[in-house]
Amino acid sequence: MRRDLLHALNRARVNRQAIATLSDERGETVRLIREGEQAEDVPGEVLARAFRSGKPSMVEVAGGALFLNVYLPPPRIVVIGAVHISQALAPMARLAGYDLTIIDPRTAFATEDRFEGVDLRPDWPEDVLKTFPLDAHTALAAVTHDPKIDDYPLSQALKAGCFYVGALGSRKTHARRVERLLAFGHSQSEIDRISAPIGLDIGAASPGEIAVAVLADIISAYRKRAIASPAGDAS
Amino acid sequence: MGRVEDMQDPLIAAEVWLAEGRAVALATVVETWGSAPRPVGSHLVIDSEGNFFGSVSGGCVEGAVIEEASEVIASGQPRLLEFGVADETAWRVGLSCGGRIRVQLERIGE
Repeated sequence: MRRDLLHALNRARVNRQAIATLSDERGETVRLIREGEQAEDVPGEVLARAFRSGKPSMVEVAGGALFLNVYLPPPRIVVIGAVHISQALAPMARLAGYDLTIIDPRTAFATEDRFEGVDLRPDWPEDVLKTFPLDAHTALAAVTHDPKIDDYPLSQALKAGCFYVGALGSRKTHARRVERLLAFGHSQSEIDRISAPIGLDIGAASPGEIAVAVLADIISAYRKRAIASPAGDAS
Repeated sequence: MGRVEDMQDPLIAAEVWLAEGRAVALATVVETWGSAPRPVGSHLVIDSEGNFFGSVSGGCVEGAVIEEASEVIASGQPRLLEFGVADETAWRVGLSCGGRIRVQLERIGE
């Protein structure tokens, strides 16, 4: 592998961009393929499957088999709101293999005591997301009930193409939220991506049960997601 | 799940080593059959002194890969190596239950 290819590969990985490499029949890594790009030797559905599953494979081509390796950023969950649901969600997410960050400017909620060992950011989402941008491999769950806190990150999540966007609140609350997001300039089809009421419909009632419903919803969105287009992914 | 940013990553280590002026080879598991200790896509990096970082099998197969690496670094020609049930080192590393792995070994060059 050429050194510049290795550099570009590492750069994509550090920047949380999904990327694949293709080796020739001799065992030399010869090409990088970014998510959403086409490759002449590799059928589109093989590439799409690789980017969805994160699993490398041998690709049969005329005259042999090529090795397709794939590197996905670790999926992560950003929760807006240091509430009871988040307290239950944090350990569950870790067990399921998802990184998790909680953002809440209300320092009475966002305390080390309540969230031991959790990546907790006791600041406004507007400030945190400046240095911690959302991306296509991130799920956003907004659970504060407070439009002042939830609206901005929801809007950013739609723009960033987060693989999951969920918002807590009744249908009535959500109808008002839709009005505000339309006023922000989001289209109805964008807004329709928001899972609201949040979580799979399992009749969850307690914070712990709602956390299960939210995590299941996120896992389902991640494992069944369509492959993002490379637009806006330029490094 | 490993973070790319730390040194706990063979591909980052490879770049750091290259920046230090070391010659580097990269080994990657490209195929496994039966039970294999490390999944397809796993990396091991080796320098010309035989220093290594990462893992392709979790054991004795590394020794053979590291030996071949010096030749790959010298020649610049990639190789495909196969370790299987008939191989004594593979037997010891636990690939005995029908396990086989294929490893590609290449130089990181200009």
